[in-house]
Amino acid sequence: MRYVFKTTYDRDIDLHQHGWSRAKVAVLAGLMIVLPFLVGEYYLAEATNTLIWALAGMGLMIAVGHTGQVSLGHAAFLAIGAYANSALMNVGVPFLISFPLAGLITGLFGAVIAIPAVRMSGIYLAIATLAVFVIVEEMVILLEPITGGVGGIMAPSIQFFGISFDRYGALENFYWLCLAIVILVTWGYANLMRSPTGRSFLAVRDSEVSARALGINVTRTKSLAFGLSTGVTGLAGALMGHYIGFYNYELFSIFISINLLLVVTIGGLGFIQGAFLGAILITAVPQVIAILRDGLNANFGINLGSIPGLDTMIFAAILILFIIFEPAGLYGRWLKIRTWFDIFPLARRDMFRRQKSYLKTERMK
Amino acid sequence: MEFLQLIIGGLANGCIYGLVALGFVMIYKASEGVNFAQGDMMMLGAFVALGIGNTDQMGLPFGIAVILAMAIMFAVGWGVERVVVRQIFGQPQFALVILTIAMGFVFRFVAGSIWGYTPLVLETPFAGQNFRGGGLVVGLADLVTIGVTLALTLALWAFFAFTKIGLAAQAASQNQMAAYIVGVPVMRINSLIWGLSGAVATVAGVLYATKGAIDPNIGLLGIKAFAAAVIGGMGSLPGALLGGLIIGVIEPVAGRYAPGELAKMSPYIIMLVVLVLRPGGLFSQIQMKKV
Repeated sequence: MRYVFKTTYDRDIDLHQHGWSRAKVAVLAGLMIVLPFLVGEYYLAEATNTLIWALAGMGLMIAVGHTGQVSLGHAAFLAIGAYANSALMNVGVPFLISFPLAGLITGLFGAVIAIPAVRMSGIYLAIATLAVFVIVEEMVILLEPITGGVGGIMAPSIQFFGISFDRYGALENFYWLCLAIVILVTWGYANLMRSPTGRSFLAVRDSEVSARALGINVTRTKSLAFGLSTGVTGLAGALMGHYIGFYNYELFSIFISINLLLVVTIGGLGFIQGAFLGAILITAVPQVIAILRDGLNANFGINLGSIPGLDTMIFAAILILFIIFEPAGLYGRWLKIRTWFDIFPLARRDMFRRQKSYLKTERMK
Repeated sequence: MEFLQLIIGGLANGCIYGLVALGFVMIYKASEGVNFAQGDMMMLGAFVALGIGNTDQMGLPFGIAVILAMAIMFAVGWGVERVVVRQIFGQPQFALVILTIAMGFVFRFVAGSIWGYTPLVLETPFAGQNFRGGGLVVGLADLVTIGVTLALTLALWAFFAFTKIGLAAQAASQNQMAAYIVGVPVMRINSLIWGLSGAVATVAGVLYATKGAIDPNIGLLGIKAFAAAVIGGMGSLPGALLGGLIIGVIEPVAGRYAPGELAKMSPYIIMLVVLVLRPGGLFSQIQMKKV
């Protein structure tokens, strides 16, 4: 067991509890940077995809995990980010300007939606975001000059400072670009969560009434959180557009929204690490299924490929099992394991017992 | 005349949205949970009825098939509550939302693997029978839909307003702990309500199937029914029906006089407008707590 002696205030609010955890993050970042030299083209592309999902997951995590606002429509914000970025680049705006602009546009759109939406809570907000999703999907088809309508749109290849970041031509560069963006956003996110703004997100999540009593402007906090959440998701959408290359409205289906929810819930609600674990899971499971399918087919003659919809079914089953048995997600499970080792002979089962609470009606706010 | 025709077709469609919405509202009334799998339960109910009733499947008479399907779906609803939903008792509502979304995928997979993904037609005694008069054509299926929906809404409303179990369900939703203290068997009530909503979903599914072919993806209609429930105000049965009717009528009218995409958006635009103007729905049940 490790004891941390905090002698200064700066030490108390430090991102990392001790040097060891700082070193682990540094090693991880280093490993990610040299990854293109270690793995082949195929796995590098998958790693890029995972990074983009993690970015989108972080976006949703701000809303769902840290402010308690459930959104079923985040695919809409992915779409807005992707189309805004591609449309801007198609009229000649360089990537370095269009990319942050895409995030800004999405964030502003999200914040504008959030102003009426924050009057709702819980389930109503979830439904309202679902409605926004459907409306955005139809708008994409209607706004054909910008979005290419049903036919789709091409994400132009990225190039700045004379270096190509094309997804197909220079995958390593595109990977490093995504990695840099993800690291920057993660760093900003982690720092946000220890600032007064981030703390007020948590306060609003845990109890709106007490947050208001402490002098937090709940409406402003919720809109800000939703705007930030959609902004980050928009950035992820822009990258996703480049990753796919040529896309139409079907890329951003309702299933993407649900997969995003899966990322944050399975990863662990309320933990930045959770977004990454969830993203790894969601990109790895289809690969594992594919490998299993081939193996079963070759060795036992069982053809799983003949069962349509098996992938979604497995995702759904994983989700159900996690919600029932481990609502804190993968990261929550890891925390439990780590604690068990940290305090080795003293760990007891009931240390992490979930406190059951009686339902409180939402009809009395 | 054309307008009237649109309205009648819209009312019949709206009744189906309303019926699915009734399922949402019942569960919400009893446990403040929202069952996002309601649309998929409707789909499953329709397929079970099809499996029992169609001549190339089990071939039982239509009436018996519907009743059997309702019984089976009652058991499915009951079972879902007993086996899955009860496990997350005491977790935030959000957990139930995700759980039921996942359940919806499971239902879709089950229906897809049993009955396949190609659209199938349910054989009904009132297919293709129409009444004509004064330039209007009214299908028997539409009339049956409207009649059954009205009767069912009235029956369910009476159930929640007058019977002991219905009142107990309302008590359980308004204050779970207090309900326990006065002796309401909250868990059993929840199971019963889930079962009932499964049966109601079956009725909706069968009525939907009288209008055309069904495939495992018709459950997505649940999203529209959801909009209906929200417009009416979650927790109000007549509100759910009214919301369903509003959506059902607006959709074909918007489709006739406005571009197609706008018609598809119209239910959600109405819903957003209602949510912004009256956050609790038309029949609002939200009251401010005084601290």
